[in-house]
Amino acid sequence: MVLLALACAAVLLSTTALAVVVPDEARAGLIVYGVCLIASLALFSIALLALLGISDRPSAVTLPLGIPWLGAHFRLDALSAFFLAVVNLGAAAASLFALGYGRHEDAPRRVLPFYPAFLAGMSIVVLADDAFTFLVSWEFMSLSSWALVMAHHRVGDNVRAGYVYLIMASFGTLALLLTFGLLAGADGGYAFADIRGAHPSTAVATSILILALIGAGSKAGLVPLHVWLPLAHPAAPSHVSALMSGVMTKVAVYGFVRIAFDLIGTPAWWWSMVVLALGGITAVMGVLYALMQHDLKRLLAYHTVENIGIIFIGLGLALAFKAHGMAWAAALALTAGLLHVFNHSIFKSLLFFGAGAVLTSTGERDMEHLGGLIHRMPQTAFVFLVGCAAISALPPLNGFVSEWLTFQAILLSPQLPSWGLKLLVPAVGALLALSAALAAACFVKAFGVTFLGRARTPAAERARETDRFSLAAMFFFAALCLVAGILPGFFIDALAPVTEGLVGDRMPVQGSVDWLSIVPIAESRSSYNGLLVFTFMVLSGALAAWAIHRLASDKLRRAPPWDCGYPDANPATQYTASSFAQPIRRVFGTVVFHAREHVEIPPPGDGRPARLTVELRDPVWDALYAPIAGGIAFAADRLNHLQFLTIRQFLSLVFAALVLLLLVLAIWP
Amino acid sequence: MAVIFDFGVQGAQMLLVLLLAPLLTGFTRKVKARLLLRRGPPLVQPYRDLVRLMRKEVVLADNASWLFRVNPYLIFAATWVAASLVPTFRTGLLFSWSADLIAIVALLGSARFFLALAGLDVGTSFGGIGSSREVMIASLAEPAMIMIIFTLALIAGSTQLSTMAGFLVSSAVGLRVSLGLALLALIMVAIAENARIPVDNPATHLELTMVHEAMVLEYSGRHLALIELSASLKLLLYISLIACLFVPWGLVPSGAGLGLLAIGLVAYIAKLIVAGALLALFETSIAKMRVFRVPEFLGAALMLGLLATLLLFVSRSL
Repeated sequence: MVLLALACAAVLLSTTALAVVVPDEARAGLIVYGVCLIASLALFSIALLALLGISDRPSAVTLPLGIPWLGAHFRLDALSAFFLAVVNLGAAAASLFALGYGRHEDAPRRVLPFYPAFLAGMSIVVLADDAFTFLVSWEFMSLSSWALVMAHHRVGDNVRAGYVYLIMASFGTLALLLTFGLLAGADGGYAFADIRGAHPSTAVATSILILALIGAGSKAGLVPLHVWLPLAHPAAPSHVSALMSGVMTKVAVYGFVRIAFDLIGTPAWWWSMVVLALGGITAVMGVLYALMQHDLKRLLAYHTVENIGIIFIGLGLALAFKAHGMAWAAALALTAGLLHVFNHSIFKSLLFFGAGAVLTSTGERDMEHLGGLIHRMPQTAFVFLVGCAAISALPPLNGFVSEWLTFQAILLSPQLPSWGLKLLVPAVGALLALSAALAAACFVKAFGVTFLGRARTPAAERARETDRFSLAAMFFFAALCLVAGILPGFFIDALAPVTEGLVGDRMPVQGSVDWLSIVPIAESRSSYNGLLVFTFMVLSGALAAWAIHRLASDKLRRAPPWDCGYPDANPATQYTASSFAQPIRRVFGTVVFHAREHVEIPPPGDGRPARLTVELRDPVWDALYAPIAGGIAFAADRLNHLQFLTIRQFLSLVFAALVLLLLVLAIWP
Repeated sequence: MAVIFDFGVQGAQMLLVLLLAPLLTGFTRKVKARLLLRRGPPLVQPYRDLVRLMRKEVVLADNASWLFRVNPYLIFAATWVAASLVPTFRTGLLFSWSADLIAIVALLGSARFFLALAGLDVGTSFGGIGSSREVMIASLAEPAMIMIIFTLALIAGSTQLSTMAGFLVSSAVGLRVSLGLALLALIMVAIAENARIPVDNPATHLELTMVHEAMVLEYSGRHLALIELSASLKLLLYISLIACLFVPWGLVPSGAGLGLLAIGLVAYIAKLIVAGALLALFETSIAKMRVFRVPEFLGAALMLGLLATLLLFVSRSL
């Protein structure tokens, strides 16, 4: 099984060469995205077979690659299979989308060679079974995605985005390198099987966890390590943005889960506090940042930060329950987190596809220049609306199910004995509730300003519906949002082998519950039936429509808008993204972002327009990154003097360095 | 046989909330008018309004999209489904397990999401102001509501409304600080969610601080009728929710016969009358607050809910 998966990854890798060789650019695109689609679908079916237990599992293989005495270990267990499925479902849809979207690319050769390499890198990371292979493929994934971010390097701020991404990715990999070094110990093996056998002391294990949080968290976008994400994700072409936001952040979550739940051994109870607090802060900060944006793709990227926070809340709860030996509750919390991994990969990819469709048909990412697209792009508008409703956790779609499960897990936590958690978990619950409500506000803004109202620019006026490949990919994911929302039991059951492997228990079987409800603990405690809620909504809505049209009136007349008698034909009088967010900016932004509004009103008789300027500060950048960047610049300035030394000074410097090294060697025990 | 009876009770509940909702609105208006020494419209005026609106043609703005026309049905469906899942006169309804309290609140959230989108659809400044203020209010009211649910769920050991009501009516509850805090927070949230004074004024047009009425300004005819009906249903839902959780006496358990059901029904209507009168009294005795005082009001509700939850995390008996 794992060999078959590796063969598919090899096919993806060789496609990279194909992209360079094929002379015709349009044909190269067709071939590359076509092969990627097929290979991803093959990998997805392999992962699904392994996850559902149809094939034997776990299957492992060691290939004579990499370091000679180590070789390259690969293994497909339930956890790998789940993430392999998530990665390749997203990859398949992105390839389908790109079959249409890629044709609008100005310089396709900047994208085509790196795209399959990126896909292959992500798949190999989740298959890797030793530290060396993991790190190499992780870095491969980072670098190929960096190349994709730099595809449009002449546009706007993209070079800076690529620079920040490169630094943060290297920093994250460094942290992971140290993590695996500590995990393996001074003379331990680097295969994951050996690492599982080594039991690090508590102090070492704690450092491992912190380093893993930094390494995986910087890739996933945990606050305060998220700074690169809203720069880099929007800079890439939209199908790659979808993959980076929807899928690559999930590979980072995989890295954390693999280390924290599998490799490290039994967790200490207070680790979960760190994870929970980070998750809660990330969720709220991510959505608040998103609310302040008016660039559609950047807004979506900040929302990824929020959802990563929600996922880490689930993981933190699972760690807490696991540390206290409540395996059944840990299974519920972990299932909630992993289900949100799946759900988020679906609707976030869908939303980025939609943003890409808007971008190709209008050339605009700034919502302030859009509006009224629902008339010009009705199908894109519909699927984007489904994605917005799903990510806002509205029933009966899928985002609600995973948040509902997370709330159920939170309600189990008073049974935890430790006081720290007793005080922290309600606060995290409040943060989760706050982020869910703010997310809904944010997506009312995103959809309302982009698709509703009147066109604000001629570009938005001239928009056309996007191509069929893009629409097919989007409709597929929109349908999946509904299916996963109304039949969540099957998706929860599919996660059972993963939780059994990691926390030693599973949620009760959901597939056999009456009426396809989900019952996480007991029916008297809580249950939810998306299918029935959906059916009731459709029935009552249809009943109302039928009754009114039949018995009362179905007449309709078009007229100018009413607007309390003062309609203004100028589309600039509409609410914009910034004005829509103004009340929330006043409530939350003044505290978090030091938001200040300056109004300049010219004196009477002066014909100039009044101006409103809003000033926002990024607290994380100001508190953490600006001092570091300043310190590095300062040190570099000082060290600059070394450039202008005389030859004698250089020689004495070399001599001093030699003496120092010899001294260290002599004193070293 | 029992299933058919249960089915009938569930159907009766759905019809009951639909029929009682406009009456409750009319009753509140009447009491308010009497308190102001006006005669007030007759009790059945909301029904007449609804019928009249439904018979009229819809005047649709030129650039309104399909979403604008679908939304009233979506909003009505979500609100009606939510209202039929809250126990009114009998617990353990046939479909009560299909959505717990979190899901009911989320259904109302769906309705609000689409209503706010409707406000933005035509692209007028009044619609925008309504939507942006509505989501600001919701961004604090929803977490406060979730905290209230946490409190009640931790006391009752369930998020199922029927189980909660069954537990709260039993003598095992006693007087608790957290319940008091939760009740206060729930009343505050209910006032904000239903756009009542002091948060919003349901009887105003052309006032710069209006929220809900500004969003629905472009609606007319049958669309407006559905939106108004949904608003009445939502008010009924919140009163039923408060009644079922904090005044659960008179709620009939499942399996009761017709005689008991009649008692439950009478008790429910009595609760509605008391709650409607109290609401009218409260609204006439307080002034509307500035829109940027609302976050403080709702922030207080959120803090009360969080405090109640924290108390329960610290000790199960508080």
